[in-house]
Amino acid sequence: MEIKVVKQILEWNEDCSNEIKETFQDKKIYMINVMGSPGAGKTSLIVNLINELRKEFKVAVIEGDIAGQIDAEKIKSMDIPVVQLNTDGACHIEAMSIKHILQYFNLEEVDVIIVENIGNLVCPAEFNIGEDIRIAILSIPEGDDKVEKYPLMFATSEILVLNKYDMKEHFEFNDTKVENIAREMNQNIKVFRVSNKTNQGINELVNELKIKINNKIKA
Amino acid sequence: MHELAITEGIIKIAEKEAQKHTFKKINAIKIVVGELSGIFPQLIQDYFDIASKGTIAEGAELIVRRVEAKIKCNDCGEESNVENHRLRCKNCSSLNVKITSGKEFYVDSLEVD
Repeated sequence: MEIKVVKQILEWNEDCSNEIKETFQDKKIYMINVMGSPGAGKTSLIVNLINELRKEFKVAVIEGDIAGQIDAEKIKSMDIPVVQLNTDGACHIEAMSIKHILQYFNLEEVDVIIVENIGNLVCPAEFNIGEDIRIAILSIPEGDDKVEKYPLMFATSEILVLNKYDMKEHFEFNDTKVENIAREMNQNIKVFRVSNKTNQGINELVNELKIKINNKIKA
Repeated sequence: MHELAITEGIIKIAEKEAQKHTFKKINAIKIVVGELSGIFPQLIQDYFDIASKGTIAEGAELIVRRVEAKIKCNDCGEESNVENHRLRCKNCSSLNVKITSGKEFYVDSLEVD
């Protein structure tokens, strides 16, 4: 006997993601999901974003890692509310984990939550976590073939940060090719060439984020 | 690794159906997977065999129907197939396109006794 079902397999995650979105709509909080490989510069970018965004907004951070709290301690030393989310081996963050962790923040005192996802170009892309925007980071030393190799990550991100751009002369990295391929996968993606060492490109990225944050929280 | 989380999603759906209907055994679960979903069906079957042990879905075969990725151009109206996630109209090269299929990822039906 055949039973017709027609149910989305990731429905449990989508439902939870939508619930977080509703909460954040209500509380006027903007969530940024930062994704990229281990070593791409996620934490360094977040530190730089905090330094700029905190001038205008109340920023909090969720640090996702498989184990340890090195990154959370770094953020905490900046006097920013931060919660470490250890996934205990799992390769991605799910919406349910974010939902559980929100109780550790005073949401009345938060404008922006930055989530550092697990270092991985594959799995995090499958799971919405209630975010308003996805930033995918690709650093120059990783190579210019990554967009082609990990399409979902770049097809589902609104912003692509080409990080460690100051190292470009040392690598054969064709950024025009990367940008063109990314745009073929995702016509609306915006590409920023950034160095967290020289601060190149940080202002442009911050200005773009500020507009989006204000559009939501001051609406 | 995330295939495991996904597999658990399939089992949850099967268990919910088992509460609604009376059946003893699930022989097969038909799932629909679009090319743009980023899911690799073979990995799901492997994880499924492990994760379904002791559940109503134990021993079931996953029958996967792949759905091709297709786009429709907003400029010239042409429909084209998508290769490697490149969403560019094959007729006029425009990027102003709409995905018409390929993002599917759902349980379609259960074959039960």
